Amino acid sequence: MPETYDAIVVGAGHAGSEAALALARLGHRTLLLTLNLDNVALLPCNPSIGGSGKATLVREVDALGGEMGRNCDETLMQMRLLNTRRGPAVQSLRCQLDRKLYQRRMKYVLETTPGLFLKEGLVTDLIIENGAVQGMVLRGGLKVYAPAVVLATGTYLRSVVHIGELHFPSGPQGQHTAVELAEALKKWLPLVRFKTGTPPRINLRSVDSSRLEKLPGDPNLPGFSFETEGLTVEQVPCWVTYTTPETHRIIRENLHRTALYSGAIVGRGPRYCPSIETKIVEFPDRESHQIFIEPEGWQTNEGYLSGCSTSLPREVQEEMLRTIPGLENVEIMRPAYAIEYDCLDPLCLRPSLETMEIRGLFCAGQINGTSGYEEAAAQGIMAGINAARFLQGKKPVVIPRSQAYIGVLIDDLVTKGVTEPYRMMTARAEYRLSLRMDNADVRLTPLGYSLGLIKPERYAAFRAKQEMVAEEVERLNSTLVRGTAEVNEKLVELGTAPLKQGATLAELLRRPEITYEDLAHFNILPDLPRAVREQVEIQVKYQGYLNRQEAAIERFERMENKLIPDNLDYSRVKGLSKEAVDRLSAVRPISVGQASRVSGVTPADISVLLIFLEQERRRADV
Amino acid sequence: MGEDTIAAVATPLGEGGIGIVRLSGPDAISIAAQMFRGKGGRSLAAQPTYTVRYGRVVDPRTGRQLDEALALVMHAPHSYTAEDVVEIQCHGGVVVVREILNLALALGARLAEPGEFTKRAFLNGRLDLSQAEAVIDLIQSQTRLGMEVAVDQLEGSLSRRIKELRESLYDLAVRVEATLDFPEDDLPEVELTAVEQGLRSCQSQIEALLATADEGKILREGLKTVITGKPNVGKSSLLNALLDENRALVTDIPGTTRDTIEEVVNLRGVALRLVDTAGIRESSDLVERLGVERSLQLLREADLVLHVLDRSASLTPEDFQIMDMTKDSRRIILINKTDLPPAWDLKDLGAVAAPVLEISLVKDPGQVVAALSEAILRLLGAGAVPSSSGTRAFVTRARHKQALHEAQKALEESLRTLLSGLPLDLVAVDLYNALEALGEITGETARENVLDRIFAEFCIGK
Repeated sequence: MPETYDAIVVGAGHAGSEAALALARLGHRTLLLTLNLDNVALLPCNPSIGGSGKATLVREVDALGGEMGRNCDETLMQMRLLNTRRGPAVQSLRCQLDRKLYQRRMKYVLETTPGLFLKEGLVTDLIIENGAVQGMVLRGGLKVYAPAVVLATGTYLRSVVHIGELHFPSGPQGQHTAVELAEALKKWLPLVRFKTGTPPRINLRSVDSSRLEKLPGDPNLPGFSFETEGLTVEQVPCWVTYTTPETHRIIRENLHRTALYSGAIVGRGPRYCPSIETKIVEFPDRESHQIFIEPEGWQTNEGYLSGCSTSLPREVQEEMLRTIPGLENVEIMRPAYAIEYDCLDPLCLRPSLETMEIRGLFCAGQINGTSGYEEAAAQGIMAGINAARFLQGKKPVVIPRSQAYIGVLIDDLVTKGVTEPYRMMTARAEYRLSLRMDNADVRLTPLGYSLGLIKPERYAAFRAKQEMVAEEVERLNSTLVRGTAEVNEKLVELGTAPLKQGATLAELLRRPEITYEDLAHFNILPDLPRAVREQVEIQVKYQGYLNRQEAAIERFERMENKLIPDNLDYSRVKGLSKEAVDRLSAVRPISVGQASRVSGVTPADISVLLIFLEQERRRADV
Repeated sequence: MGEDTIAAVATPLGEGGIGIVRLSGPDAISIAAQMFRGKGGRSLAAQPTYTVRYGRVVDPRTGRQLDEALALVMHAPHSYTAEDVVEIQCHGGVVVVREILNLALALGARLAEPGEFTKRAFLNGRLDLSQAEAVIDLIQSQTRLGMEVAVDQLEGSLSRRIKELRESLYDLAVRVEATLDFPEDDLPEVELTAVEQGLRSCQSQIEALLATADEGKILREGLKTVITGKPNVGKSSLLNALLDENRALVTDIPGTTRDTIEEVVNLRGVALRLVDTAGIRESSDLVERLGVERSLQLLREADLVLHVLDRSASLTPEDFQIMDMTKDSRRIILINKTDLPPAWDLKDLGAVAAPVLEISLVKDPGQVVAALSEAILRLLGAGAVPSSSGTRAFVTRARHKQALHEAQKALEESLRTLLSGLPLDLVAVDLYNALEALGEITGETARENVLDRIFAEFCIGK
């Protein structure tokens, strides 16, 4: 009797974990394979989740019923709120995690989820028949079968680690590399080679923190998950130090020994995460660069040197670090390394994350050319959801760019492709003001609930919150404050103009100087939960801007809603430029909106396409 | 089908007959109602379908009346595009029609793309399948036409000028975005006063570009040109020289009709629409034929006056009268018959604020035309904006003008957000809108450029 499942997920990192959880929670028997059971949900780079754009992704995954947010809240050592003064659209939470706790909790969740089977195993080949995936072969020859597969292999495909002149095949953190699977995939799908890097890990006892700037966590912050009531953990600080001219001299003198500048690395690396040698070469005028020292866990003395990834030889790494204030006696525990790996050209994917070439084969995470745990989790949950829809014979769920960063991320990948590991940034979103961290639940909880990933109790709580927000916004809009002497005195004290006549509470709140809490001076405020107050304040304060963005979104979505049949033969579209035919045939957009974002497609091509689709529609009607 | 509302001039821009501005889309009627005051104060909003109303086009923002007009209302789906359509028919002068179109755009319509009314008609089922290809051809030919102009301008100074403007805007956006997206990186804090200055500087750049818009219109539609001078100085020869050199088909020039403009010539890309050519051939004097009042009016309406003098015969009071009548016009003085012995000296003319060319139409008419076209270009250039490369820029297309207006509006909005103390992410909203408006001209995508520049300019990444 062969081993058979509804779905198999390959890789138990951040993408694979979310994909497997979504599949199992939607009722599908799911096998989750990992190279090493001790490394489930590994954080091989920084022990940190969140930050600009990425925090919003975590919240969106949470609103769809994903696990990453809860897992952070349960295992974090520090939480900060970044960009507090620069507006609601760019505020972001960022946490420091206990690496081992994070893994342990996620592994436990996976182990205890009904219908999810977490097992160790190295995949060497895929079983594909008639253009559809059937299962896979494990090392040793064992075959497992399933009609739906999610590949979430991270940076493990044919990966090579570089430390100075030392180069050896290996996954991150001394893990196995998957060479056979890479060879097998190459037969079917286009692969590209990318590179990324990670800094040294040091023993924190060798750091003189008395000379460093301390970065404590922020008190009283909410968690990532909308289910988290409040964080209670005793937070630990991080530290900041700076490289010196001496550091730069050592790096420059040893440039020829870096894997990066010696020519040993061919893969494309990310521009937003340059190695320290790249920073020094590209920005020769900078006299110093920031280095963050971050703890890796409660029960370890290992520390992470954020900002200092490098491909220098091990001995030079230590020599270089010892020129940095506070690190004069530093002990490196694990050297920094660069890693090269194979990943897909994501243009071969549909917006559902299924490959065009092989039916039932979905891909998520770093294999799709992204970087970052959050980006991986976001794709993971969508690949899981769509693999489940595939099994159920339902249409895939595609979230538009105007609704979530998840939509921006996947649309960018499958429409534009990648030239470097893709990282989310708020500047990538056209409708940033509407896609905020604080309203991810508003945007996606209804979808999560309708899919069956959000439990009824949570949905009821969400509805209750929405009602409270609406009620309070309405109250602020309809409650008048008169410009009495007392009121005006208070207004002037708050640094804003006195009232000549009356104003509503909402009008007062729209003044930049006045916060929701300040309204208590003029009115008895109801006792509302923090998240409700926050929503009320943002909705009222930025109402004009939000309305304008809503109007823009409406225009945008018109083209997204004009669908293109999957099997359209673009060479039949008369009047389309040759380039447009080629590009559209390759990308196979699902909507006219997506087609308009394909590079090389002009507005005239779009007009021609619209007319063709209308012709087809009418012919079908006849 | 839930599109936005578009507007365009539906008739060839000319001086006679009527001009029609057409609006189509869900807001066509409400936009038209804002700008059209029906007789007796009745609003267009209540106008039944397929009816015409007489009234005035008034700018609701200023109360200024633009023209008397008829408004024809057609309700969806019974119109050419199957959308709500309003056609405003006015007296058809180029300036008036343009003003009415601009007003519709300012009130929320979007300038129609090439072939867009027809495209909508097809997509909404008003044209049958056999016409689909014709629609595609129309879109393509119009686009090609547009692209030719674009290529022209890409090489020209307008595009350089807009590039400079975009550079300034990018500088600003990149600094703002880098701060927004990389709060933990050790970047130079973006100073709000610097953002303010940047916004203001971009505003004034756009202001300067927009100021050239009329100049651009002249270049595009041709200079209304009057050739004047007393009898027998060589006006006819000048006319013939111009016609021999570069007679243009009237229909090649937008905004011309055969009715009023007898001849059009094309001098190195600048169209001259020669007015009153019949009068020139009669070899009688302008004033003599039309009287002082009408002559003055003709001269005032001209974009360019070419005043011809005879070097071989003495100056007369008539010459000085014309000189005086044209002193406020954009003019060039042509001193003809330099092949003959001179009867007067240049200084006899007194101080003349105009380019003076000494010519011989008998000896070398080709050279005269060349010298004249150069003088005209120089004359026009005087009102334009110098770009850093020293060339002149003109806004030559309505679409560009609209894009610049939109960018300007976005910058104003951005500045207002900034000055009212709102956070930077809100300031950024309209900064992007401004960049995207300019992108309409140059065809670039703002967002990716901003990201590329952030990485090139700042050391980002932990």
